Amino acid sequence: MATQQTQLLARTLLTPAVALLFIWMIVPLALTVYFSTLHYNLLDPGSEQFVGLENFRYFLTDPAFLASLQNTLVLVGSVLAITIVVGVPLALLLDQQVVGLSIVRLMVIAPFFVMPTVSALVWKNLLMHPVSGLFAWLAKLLGLTPIDWFNDVPLLSVILIIAWQWLPFATLILLTALQSLDEEQKEAAEMDGASAISTFIYITLPHLARPITVVILIETIFLLTVFAEIFVTTGGGPGLQTTNIAFLIYSQALIQYDVGSASAGGLVAVVIANIVAFFLVRIVGRNLEA
Amino acid sequence: MGQITLQGVEKSFGPVHIIKGADLDIADGSFVVFVGPSGCGKTTLLRLIAGLEDVTGGAILIDGRNVVDVPPAKRGLSMVFQSYALYPHMSVRGNIAFGLKMAGLPKDEINRKVERAAATLNLTPYLDRKPRELSGGQRQRVAIGRAIVREPKAFLFDEPLSNLDAALRVQMRLEVTRLQKQLGTTAIYVTHDQVEAMTMADKIVVLNGGKIEQYGSPLELYERPANLFVAGFIGSPKMNFVTGEQAKEHGAATIGVRPEHLKVERDGQGWQGTVAVAEHLGSDTFLYVDTGPLGTLTARYVGELGLSPGDQVSLTPEPSRIHRFDDSGNSIRA
Repeated sequence: MATQQTQLLARTLLTPAVALLFIWMIVPLALTVYFSTLHYNLLDPGSEQFVGLENFRYFLTDPAFLASLQNTLVLVGSVLAITIVVGVPLALLLDQQVVGLSIVRLMVIAPFFVMPTVSALVWKNLLMHPVSGLFAWLAKLLGLTPIDWFNDVPLLSVILIIAWQWLPFATLILLTALQSLDEEQKEAAEMDGASAISTFIYITLPHLARPITVVILIETIFLLTVFAEIFVTTGGGPGLQTTNIAFLIYSQALIQYDVGSASAGGLVAVVIANIVAFFLVRIVGRNLEA
Repeated sequence: MGQITLQGVEKSFGPVHIIKGADLDIADGSFVVFVGPSGCGKTTLLRLIAGLEDVTGGAILIDGRNVVDVPPAKRGLSMVFQSYALYPHMSVRGNIAFGLKMAGLPKDEINRKVERAAATLNLTPYLDRKPRELSGGQRQRVAIGRAIVREPKAFLFDEPLSNLDAALRVQMRLEVTRLQKQLGTTAIYVTHDQVEAMTMADKIVVLNGGKIEQYGSPLELYERPANLFVAGFIGSPKMNFVTGEQAKEHGAATIGVRPEHLKVERDGQGWQGTVAVAEHLGSDTFLYVDTGPLGTLTARYVGELGLSPGDQVSLTPEPSRIHRFDDSGNSIRA
């Protein structure tokens, strides 16, 4: 593979794919940058004009921006915390030798294969509905007042739905990591007199540091752009209580028809994602070094 | 003290009997090697003594106390694993100290013991390194350090040298033996390598198919094997077995002669054969001689006779060194 001829061949064959991917990326980005400098409202076509950084000033000073930024961070942080804190014990359980484990594993993985829109609808109408939902029925059975999830605790409801969707992913990654833990290490710890809890703290948890890092990084990428679950359940409300950055951009573009401001918001979101990525890699990335 | 006694120890995994009743008396301070072919149950027997597996039947006594229901950590034994099983995210110091930390010893005492163990094993310069920054031999020493620091009643070694290269294995073999003698702690050592068994052991346990075939000192096993299996397993190259007329002459079903006890001559009155292969090691030579009805016999002689494949030779067994076995394979004592 290292001869000049094969290198040339490889480059020639790769070029179309790389070029296509590059165009696919650069054209939308360039257009977004272009639109973000225009006064461009879909209700007022033909009136586009250059306004400089006015759209950015408008987007960043909008009170909805700070609220949605906070919601985004709370949502990402909570879902990460839930999926890892619940995922680790769940993976430990699934690592045990029990009859029928393959079926249990399959069922645990299942939520990940349900598309976000569908699972949000199921949660909204079958589980969390204050009148006909399963949770309301359970509450009434116990003589309690049913919780009106999406009005009383809207952000928590959204977090629960998304955590339910991402829990299988975290569990799966952690489970495969557990299965690679050397059995002799656990036995050595047993010989050394470590209790089950000590073994978990001193042997298992350090072994899981790397997969936990992977889970955090991958989930963060997707959780920063959560949209379908919010759109289907709360529509960003009540008020701005469940509006995140992605949903705010959507509402700028397709509720207020302000393409210019939405483009500016999109670019702000890119910057925010990069800031988050920078801090994440600084904090947890060192776990990935061999 | 570290006297270990097995009484009718049995182990089965479901319907499969791995250990079929083992009785054994291991004296305090002795170095005992379990040796046998793969799957003979030697590692299982070690794990039963360690407490990593539950016995199906029988009793294991450590210093007279039955420990079959005692958890591993409370048996006062420490184990060196085949893969070393070092904790990868802990430093060498952390690895060696872990058992003491779990036992809840005060910090300064832990430090003192760790430093002393490290000094014994020449690990002091590496105390703050992680296992992955060490060579195979150093990792091996850390694993041993982790075992000695707890001052156990006995060490259990599970094929600890099998991951090292040949030269290092010889060196570590010496180090382990010397350390054991110096500490005077009982040691049980599992290996499939009979050279390790012969060189390290005070006493060897030969296991086959879950049964103890013979228990004795290395020379006892070499000179007076209890049966065909032990005779064939101990010694390198393997003992030659001859059946039929030649065996009947000695009043046995099978006779065995070690390669080093066959006299090789160009023309003599012994068993006649043709040299098939000659392995010249310099110090001595191994001959594989095709003797027709007796099969291929191995002979070893010191020095050079200048033989090459195709040459005719005569092999004469030393009369006093002939091992005789009856129909069921047991040794016949004169």
